[in-house]
Amino acid sequence: MRISLNQLPDGQAAVVAEIRAGGSLMARMTAFGLKPGRRIRVIRRANWQGPLHVRVGMTEIMIRRSDAQSVQVAVDPA
Amino acid sequence: MPNTGKSTLFNRLTASQARVGNWPGVTVAAQAARIAAGGATAEIVDLPGIYSLEGGCEAELIVRRFLEREPINLCLVLLHAAQLDRQLTLALQLKTLGLPLLVLLNMADEAAALGVRINAARLSAELELPVRLISAKYGGGVAAAWQCIESLLDERPGAARADGAGRHARAQSGRRNELHRVPQRAESLPRNGQTACLGCGACPMTWAAGATAGVPAAVAVERIYASAVKAPDDLPERLTARLDRLLLHRQLGLPLFFVTVFLLFELVYRLAAPMQEGMVWGLGRLRLELLEPALRAVPPLLRSFLLEGLYNGVGTVLSFLPVIVLFFVAMAAIEDSGYLARAAFLMDAVMARAGLDGGAFVIQVMGLGCNVPAILGTRVMRSRALRLLTMLVIPFSLCSARLQVFVFLAGALFSARAAPLVLLSLYAASFAAAALTAVVWQRRYRSPEPLLLEMPPYRLPTAGHLLRQARRAAEHFLRRAGGFIIGGMVAVWLLTHLPTGVPPAGPATLAGRAALLLVPVFRLVGIGPLLSLTLLLGFAAKEIIIGALAVIYRAGDAKLAGVLAADLGWVQAYSFMLFTLIYTPCLATVAAIRQESGTWRFTLFAVGWSLTLAWLASFLFYQGARALL
Repeated sequence: MRISLNQLPDGQAAVVAEIRAGGSLMARMTAFGLKPGRRIRVIRRANWQGPLHVRVGMTEIMIRRSDAQSVQVAVDPA
Repeated sequence: MPNTGKSTLFNRLTASQARVGNWPGVTVAAQAARIAAGGATAEIVDLPGIYSLEGGCEAELIVRRFLEREPINLCLVLLHAAQLDRQLTLALQLKTLGLPLLVLLNMADEAAALGVRINAARLSAELELPVRLISAKYGGGVAAAWQCIESLLDERPGAARADGAGRHARAQSGRRNELHRVPQRAESLPRNGQTACLGCGACPMTWAAGATAGVPAAVAVERIYASAVKAPDDLPERLTARLDRLLLHRQLGLPLFFVTVFLLFELVYRLAAPMQEGMVWGLGRLRLELLEPALRAVPPLLRSFLLEGLYNGVGTVLSFLPVIVLFFVAMAAIEDSGYLARAAFLMDAVMARAGLDGGAFVIQVMGLGCNVPAILGTRVMRSRALRLLTMLVIPFSLCSARLQVFVFLAGALFSARAAPLVLLSLYAASFAAAALTAVVWQRRYRSPEPLLLEMPPYRLPTAGHLLRQARRAAEHFLRRAGGFIIGGMVAVWLLTHLPTGVPPAGPATLAGRAALLLVPVFRLVGIGPLLSLTLLLGFAAKEIIIGALAVIYRAGDAKLAGVLAADLGWVQAYSFMLFTLIYTPCLATVAAIRQESGTWRFTLFAVGWSLTLAWLASFLFYQGARALL
C-alpha cells in the first residue's frame, strides 16, 4: 500500500517508494539518504502542522509537511 | 557533508579558531591557515560542508569555485562515521574528479557507541582510497591521520585541480578540507574558463537526466557499504532518543524550550551586567585619575574632543565586549549541543509563516538583551537570505538600553497605574514591528534552500570550543565594527560641538540646525525640535537619550521628569517613545549589521526601513489619537 510520508503513522516503518520533487529539494533529500528503497520511520511530528521528525538509515532529519507530501512510501499491508 | 566536524578537525590541526557548531553549515566562508607539514608549509583550507553535489546554495558555490580555481595537493574528505550509508556517495563522486583524496571518518567514537563497526582496511580497498578513522573532538586517531597526510603530501608534491575534462560531475564536487602546499599554488595552472555549472539552479535537473552516471554510483555505494560496515538494524535506545522524547514532547517541548531560552537569557545578561558596570567604572576611573590630569594643559575644545568624542567611542566599543563574549558562549553551547536544530523543529510551524526559522527565534529573543551580539549571532544561520531577513528583524527587539529610557519616561510622564501598561504596549509594538518586517520582506529574502535539516545527536559541548568561539566573535567585533563605532561617536561629538562658541548640543550646533530642518517631518508625528534633536543624538545610542534630554531641556536629571511632564502631553510623549523604540537602535547595531551583511547597501536599507517604520508608526498613532481625542 502506498501513502504519502505525511500519512505514515508515527513509529511505523515503511520503505520509500517514489519521490516527486524538483530541483534542490530532491538533491537535499538524496543527500540525506532519503531515496527510493530506503527504510523510513516517522519519529514524531510537531504541533500546528509543523515539520516531521523522521529517521532514514542512520540519519534523523526534520522535513516540512509540504515537502513530505512529495514522498510516497510503501507500507506492509500487514 | 555539513555537521561532520570539519571545523573541529581544522581547529585541531591548526590550533586556530574556526567556528564550530552542531548546526549544519557553520563554516559560511572558507577559512585558511598555514601549518607545518613535514618539511614544508601547507595551507589548509576549511571549506563549507555541502550536502550534495547537486544544488546551487551558497556553500556549494563556494566549494565549486574553490575546486575549479585552486590547485590542491590533497583533499581531505571528512565523513560522519555513523552515517556512511549516505555519505559514502560523496567520496565516490570526488574520486571521479581525479584529485588526491584522503577519506577521514570522523566521530568514530560516536559510531562505535551506536554499534556501527567499520572495517577501514576493507573500505579503503573497496574505495581504492586511503581511509582513516578519527575523532576530531577527542583527538583519537588524529595523530595517525596526520602522519598519513604528511606522507601523502610527500608522495605527491604536485598540485592538482578538479579535472577539467570531466563532465557535469566535475563541478559537482563536494569536499571539505583541502590541503595544498603554498609553493605550488599560484599561476602554474590556467584559470578554468568553464563556469557553466557554477550558477546552476538547473544542476539537479541535469543530474537527474544524466542518471547513467548516478545509478552505478548508488549501486556501488550499497555494495561497498554492505561489505565494509556493519550497523545494527534497529539502533539501541539512545540518550538522544530519550532526551528528544522529553525535549520535543508535544505539550512539554515548547514550554521547556521557552524556559531554556529564558534561563540562557538571564544567565548571559545577569553575568554581563556587573562586568559591563565594572568596565564602565574602570574606564571612568582611568579618565578621572589619568587622562584628565594629563590633558589639563590641552585647550578645552580639544580636551573635550579627546575625552567625550574619542575616549567615549572607545569606551562604547569596549562596553559591548562582555555581553558579546557571554552571548557567544551561550549560543555556542546550544548550537554544539544540538538543541538549536530542535528549536528549529519546535518553532518551525510558527516561524515559517514569517519566512524565518527556529534559529532566528532564539537569536531574536536574545536580542531583547542587546541587539549587537544577536546580529553577530545570525552567522549560525545557513542561508544568507534568512540571515539578512533576521538582521532586518532583530533591531526591533526592545533591548535593555531602550528599556531604561522607557522606564524613565513612563515613570515621568504617566501615572503609576498606566506606566506598566505603557511598557507592555511598547513590547507589543516591538513584536508587531518585527513581525510586520518579516512578513513584508520575506519574499525578497526567501531562502532558496528547502528546510530539510539534520537533527544531530545531542553532544556535550567542550569548553575549549565555546571559549574559542567567543574570543573569535569578540575579535571580529573589535576589528570590523570597532573603528566604525568610534568614528560614529566622534562624528556625533563634532555635530554637537561645532561650530565653536555655542553651548554644546544646543540648537545652534550642527545637530541643532539639522533638527530644525527636520521640524516639518517631525511636526506631523507630534515631535518638536527639542525632541527631534534628542532623537538625532539617540542615533548614536539609546542610553544617552535621558542625558541628552537633560542637557537639551537644561534640567538636571532630578528635575527632568517634571520639566518633561510640563512640556509634553501623553500623546506626544507616547509618539516619541514609539519612534525611539522602532528607529535604528544604535551605531553599534548599524556597525554589526554592516559587519555581518558585508554590504553598505543592505545596512543603509535596514536603517532606512526602521526610520520609515518608526515614522509611520508614530504618525498613525499621533494622528489617530488626535482624531479620536
